[in-house]
Amino acid sequence: MGQTIIEKIIAHNIGAPSVKPGQIVTVQADRVMVDDIMMPFIVSKFNEMGFGKVWDPDKVVMIYDHLVPASQQDDVRHYQVGDRFAEKYGIRNVHRSDGICHQLMTEAGYVKPGDVVFGTDSHTTTYGCVGAFSTGIGYTEMAAILGTGTLWVKVPETIKVVIEGEMPEGVMSKDLILRLIGDLGADGATYRALEFSGPAVDAMSVASRMTMANMAIEAGAKCALFTPDAKTAEYCNVELDQFQKGLTGDADAVYERTMVYQAEELVPVMACPSQVDKIQEVRELEGTPIDQVFIGSCTNGRLEDLEAAARVLKGKKVAPFVKLVVTPASRKVYEDALKAGILKVLVEAGAILTHPGCGLCCGRTGGILSDGERVVATNNRNFLGRMGTSKVEIYLASPATAAACAAAGTITAERNVSYEGAQEGKDQCHAASGGSRHPL
Amino acid sequence: MEQFTGKVWVLGDDIDTDIIIPTEYLAMKTIEDMKQYGFSPLRPELAAKIGKGDIIVAGKNFGCGSSREQAPEVVKALGIRCVIARSFARIFFRNAINNGLLLMEQPDLYDDVAEGDQITVTVNQAVHYNGKNYPIASLPDNLVEILNAGGLVKAMRKRNGLEKEEDHGTDHY
Repeated sequence: MGQTIIEKIIAHNIGAPSVKPGQIVTVQADRVMVDDIMMPFIVSKFNEMGFGKVWDPDKVVMIYDHLVPASQQDDVRHYQVGDRFAEKYGIRNVHRSDGICHQLMTEAGYVKPGDVVFGTDSHTTTYGCVGAFSTGIGYTEMAAILGTGTLWVKVPETIKVVIEGEMPEGVMSKDLILRLIGDLGADGATYRALEFSGPAVDAMSVASRMTMANMAIEAGAKCALFTPDAKTAEYCNVELDQFQKGLTGDADAVYERTMVYQAEELVPVMACPSQVDKIQEVRELEGTPIDQVFIGSCTNGRLEDLEAAARVLKGKKVAPFVKLVVTPASRKVYEDALKAGILKVLVEAGAILTHPGCGLCCGRTGGILSDGERVVATNNRNFLGRMGTSKVEIYLASPATAAACAAAGTITAERNVSYEGAQEGKDQCHAASGGSRHPL
Repeated sequence: MEQFTGKVWVLGDDIDTDIIIPTEYLAMKTIEDMKQYGFSPLRPELAAKIGKGDIIVAGKNFGCGSSREQAPEVVKALGIRCVIARSFARIFFRNAINNGLLLMEQPDLYDDVAEGDQITVTVNQAVHYNGKNYPIASLPDNLVEILNAGGLVKAMRKRNGLEKEEDHGTDHY
């Protein structure tokens, strides 16, 4: 009988011909990721468990991102504890200010198609963009993996999501994944794998797939998987082997269900306060005043995202009462956007450019909001209190939508908009497509 | 079979980990420092009111959101004996078991129970409330093993020869 992608990866990992959903198996971690927030807790659990060494130091990646640069004095302790642990156990892969963990894990080549990867952050599902089984775990389980290299998992059932057709102009993969989460509900994929396929997915960049895999957890999914293709191979700088090439859902594989979308029918949407599955079309929210816009995060802080925003904002100004915070996902994204002239466009439009990292997404730094304020943001969560007080309204959107809202000073589905009075008049910018086809 | 009775706090659907413990408190040194902020975005008064042995009853998808293990640790540190929800998010579920916090899925109790009422739980069998029994499923064996060891840390200590082969189970399970 045929198998789904997740079944193939788990079977390969444990050296079995096949596995079935519901089966509990022990897998070997090919790579693990530890972030700064969890560092002291992991070290303390690891010590308490009584391990004398880390199972394979080169398979461990430590990334400081939530707390970099420190916004509170105590944050420094997290780097110190991490650095001591890395030195003691010979961990060489330590990133102290290079960007967000999920961006770096793929960008810096730590994850390959078919790998099994665990991380101490729920958005670890991101690496499914290159066909890896990756999922978030807690710090106690991470401590146990650091000692043993293994973890038990239940083989999940798979929901197949097929995107037919071609994505329309101005609609980004963020709009697609938000629509899917709205349809599934915040727990619609709990304990399950999402498997994406179809022409619209094939046509997407790895970065766009990353946005979708990143947000799979918002429907409760254990992981999200894309079939590795030529783009994946280029991005990961590998030549795909037979196993990796075979990571597609078989025609006779058993799926829990199949959902089919026609890309041409998709429109820009937003997740409204304060649930990620509360989806509305942007045009239904037209005119709602806003105070701030955040473009960044492991969901939408990549080059193509900043480029989409720049295309909307070129020659325009951010509305005078709106703060536009732009946070590149990594140092590399920052450098590439600088070289491409994207940052210049954004800064000239009035953006506040911050250092690469989690920034405002985790609500500790970079534009905290207060009672009664409303923000349009490109990250993955709009939970109560996520970016400041519990009376802040967070709307999640694509970078193109977010940029347009920043110019208009209101939520808007239009792309060629300016705040009245701030308009320079001469520069006509057309809708962003979300790809990287048009140079600035 | 182990049985206990406790006072109920009722929370809704999709109680996320940012509600259980907001990110701004995650870098505090200990769970004890953090626990006063438990559930603060939703019900700032709640953490101070929860007493030892109390029970949380909630709707679907309890613990959704981030992988922060501080969430089940805070719930446990507040004195909560167990959480009974329609369903749990998967990372929270694993984290809770690994910390010896008992979770039970029950589809109907949430609709019937009122905050402040007492319920009695017979572990792995049923919840008893208002003369009615609400059945609960038993956990898979590998999870029972972790709970019986007293959580994953103790299970690993045992593996590493630091813990005697004694049963901590009755405390936690």
